[in-house]
Amino acid sequence: MRTSSAETITRDLDLIHPLYVRITHWINAVAVFIMVGSGWQIYNASPLFAFAFPPSLTLGGWLAGGLLWHFAGMWLFVANGLLYLVLGLKKSHFRRKLLPIRAADLVGDIGAALTGRLSHADLRVYNAVQKLFYLGVLMAGVVIVASGLALWKPVQLKELAALFGGYEGARLVHFFAMASIVLFLVIHVVMALLVPRSLRAMIRGR
Amino acid sequence: MRQARKRRQGVDAELLIHDAARLLPDPSRRRFLRQVGSLGALAMLTGCNITDAPSAEKTLRKISEFNDWVQARLFNPNRLATTYPDSAVTRPFPFNAYYPEAEAPDVDEERYRLILDGLITNKQPWTLQQLADLPQETQITRLVCVEGWSAIGKWTGVPLRSFLERVGADLTAKYVHFVCAEGYFSSIDMPTALHPQTQMTLAFDGETLPTRLGFPMRIRIPTKLGFKNPKHVIGMTVLNNYTGGYWEDQGYNWFSGL
Repeated sequence: MRTSSAETITRDLDLIHPLYVRITHWINAVAVFIMVGSGWQIYNASPLFAFAFPPSLTLGGWLAGGLLWHFAGMWLFVANGLLYLVLGLKKSHFRRKLLPIRAADLVGDIGAALTGRLSHADLRVYNAVQKLFYLGVLMAGVVIVASGLALWKPVQLKELAALFGGYEGARLVHFFAMASIVLFLVIHVVMALLVPRSLRAMIRGR
Repeated sequence: MRQARKRRQGVDAELLIHDAARLLPDPSRRRFLRQVGSLGALAMLTGCNITDAPSAEKTLRKISEFNDWVQARLFNPNRLATTYPDSAVTRPFPFNAYYPEAEAPDVDEERYRLILDGLITNKQPWTLQQLADLPQETQITRLVCVEGWSAIGKWTGVPLRSFLERVGADLTAKYVHFVCAEGYFSSIDMPTALHPQTQMTLAFDGETLPTRLGFPMRIRIPTKLGFKNPKHVIGMTVLNNYTGGYWEDQGYNWFSGL
């Protein structure tokens, strides 16, 4: 049975997060958990910098276990991410929710955020800071997949690897894309806990 | 599987090193997934009992086999790994193995024979001199370790493809299996064995291959991770049965193509 367009609009307005966003969000949460935990395990086998991640925060027990998790989790992360991007583009989700970001709004909203006056009264509308954060993490997601592919296949995909300055360059890019996503995640979780209605909205849709 | 094993055992006792390798002490083998028990958060999210390590490991290994299949299809037999100028060579080249450098096997050049087995017409063993008399090629390519680091080396040796053709190997067989003096072993797919840059390496950076890098011969494969580049190779078998490898049997992905 078809619903009228008016009904659809009312239903959409009522809904903070459509079902596909909620489903892909939570699958993504699991996938990111697997990819970061196993990625830290792999990092620890040959640290790029003068530190290692605490083994208790890593996944897989040792390098082979971490690699098995990482190269299994990648399918979940990429398939789910693609589904989200395709559905989001089809429904103009990104254009409606994340654009435009105006410099003036951004300055005002950052000021408000820093003084704790940024309103989250209407969860359907993102402020400029949120828009920038969500767009930023989406781009970090694209970069982490592209640099990950370059690391996995530096010969078969050598042109892609060359974009990152070769294998070693892709390692650095992959690391910093991870760092950006984890930084986003920390702020994201803190904000969700500060505004519990937003967590409920991501589960029930409203 | 059984047939291949019988054939191998029947021909030469030295290839039994393959089986001896399985008996080596291996403390890391069962470390797999030990920390998975602390992942209560994930268990809550999925509702699955992921603390059940054996079943999780089984699932992950199935996915790893699927990844072998995907990688075999991604592998382009004509696609060459990037080559570098002489100035890019990493000197000294890093040592890496499951044993310390001092324990790298000392292979006696006089007594060394490369043993051939399996689907090969001429199974005559090869001395090091005979291998050195074959046409040699030099490549400067990057070795990427499964641990993440990489280093550029200058490798000289016999293209494996030309050697397999010379000894009358069945080039339609699925696998080439390598056995090493210290008990290490690994196997690769035939398309990779026939790749133009896959090499039986006898020299590094213009000098005889040093013990630490695999004297007298290592298999150099710039299209695969470092652990698929076995050192101190003493045996080579062409066969249609999957034989895994020292690390592969413990969980490293078998294909491990780059």
